[in-house]
Amino acid sequence: MKRFTRDEIAQHVARDIPEGCYVNLGIGLPTLVANHLEASKEIFLHSENGILGMGPAPVPGEEDGDLINAGKQPVTLLTGGTYFHQADSFAMMRGGHLDICVLGAFQVSRTGDLANWHTGAPDAIPAVGGAMDLATGAKRVFVMMEHQTKTGESKIVGRCTYPLTGMGCVSRVYTDLAVIDITVEGLMVREMAPGLTLDELQSITGVPLKAA
Amino acid sequence: MNMNSAHLRCNENALDALQPTWLASASAADASPPRTRKEATMVCERAPGDSGLINKIFPDMSSAMAGIADGATVMISGFGSAGMPSALIDALIAQGAGDLTIVNNNAGNGETGLAALLAAGRVRKIICSFPRQTDSQVFDGLYRSGKIDLELTPQGNLAERIRAAGAGIGGFFTATGYGTQLAEGKETRLINGRHYVLESPIHADVALIKAWKADRWGNLIYRKAARNFGPIMAMAAKCTIAQVDHVVPLGELDPEVIVTPGIFVQRVVHVPGDSQ
Repeated sequence: MKRFTRDEIAQHVARDIPEGCYVNLGIGLPTLVANHLEASKEIFLHSENGILGMGPAPVPGEEDGDLINAGKQPVTLLTGGTYFHQADSFAMMRGGHLDICVLGAFQVSRTGDLANWHTGAPDAIPAVGGAMDLATGAKRVFVMMEHQTKTGESKIVGRCTYPLTGMGCVSRVYTDLAVIDITVEGLMVREMAPGLTLDELQSITGVPLKAA
Repeated sequence: MNMNSAHLRCNENALDALQPTWLASASAADASPPRTRKEATMVCERAPGDSGLINKIFPDMSSAMAGIADGATVMISGFGSAGMPSALIDALIAQGAGDLTIVNNNAGNGETGLAALLAAGRVRKIICSFPRQTDSQVFDGLYRSGKIDLELTPQGNLAERIRAAGAGIGGFFTATGYGTQLAEGKETRLINGRHYVLESPIHADVALIKAWKADRWGNLIYRKAARNFGPIMAMAAKCTIAQVDHVVPLGELDPEVIVTPGIFVQRVVHVPGDSQ
């Protein structure tokens, strides 16, 4: 089965972000999206630590320890960008000012519930950071994840078995096999990996799918 | 009203093709952007001749005021005349929207600005902290004749209610007003031995604010004590329209001192000469 690469998943997300959007890219897989945004398209990247208008990684030697992203990696500021404190940064999320946030996930349910902060395992050390604020506050939540776990179980599920990050918050899921909208009518498949059929996709997905 | 033209913010129409969310656009009244852009496609397409640069600077007052509907809640910045966006208020009078709820610290002075809006009969209700002043005769007359509703709010509660709306807070407990007439009927709670009153956020459809300098992304700085309500009102409204004395090139405003980041500003109108 041909699967989209991580960079191809990121390309799909980047392609679907309209110009002028205020966007937060979560840590992990979503940070790849920044590498695929068209330079000619003005998109405002928000970083939870207090940056709007975040630019790409600096050239080697130009790193500034006071200018890092949510993943603690060095970044730059675009001309016109701004800095602000934590409460203002989270007011942007919680007040519904971000158009899109892109998050990774352990599981997404058919009703758009998101689980991405805690496996619930007894020995796991939970960490939530800004995930719940983003999931609840952004106007639209896009999820990027592998379609299946390493053992082949569907990560799109009827009901999340991991602890929730937010309820009914996910609008769209980008996986290595498909792009799926979560709608009131059900899960609508927008596109699939080359050669994959809807029946094949359905056979490895935990909940009913429809062609968009 | 949907005041987010594709040009100013991301392509809302395209995004609305997704699952309806809790933040779906309120209604369909359209606004005229300074330049047009094809709206219904997910991938943003540029209009012919469009440089593609995000530009929130509107070319004239009438386009900046388009889409304000009857019945709207409109926040107006200013403490007295400092920070009051006089040109925007005049434009709102000309635009014609009525049955408005106005949020301002005061209720108009003299015969111009907010007082003129009141005198024109456009305001159904005002939410403010200090309506009565030596020159608030327009409001005084309307209030005494029962032609305007007043929701009086302690000034700190007014500011925090506006801030709460912008930050997505559903309500907050404050000690101010407990046991007074202004807290009658409101939920209270005893917290660590002190009494608090539950206060609700104030959301707005539109904020009319005055700032000193803006760039094309809508980043703002203010001048002296004219800053007052501008930053929080910008956060609490669906569409924030800023009247500014100066439009500067992107990058001229120091990122360390920008007070209102452009994410909170949808439209900017250059009105030179109102301040220095």
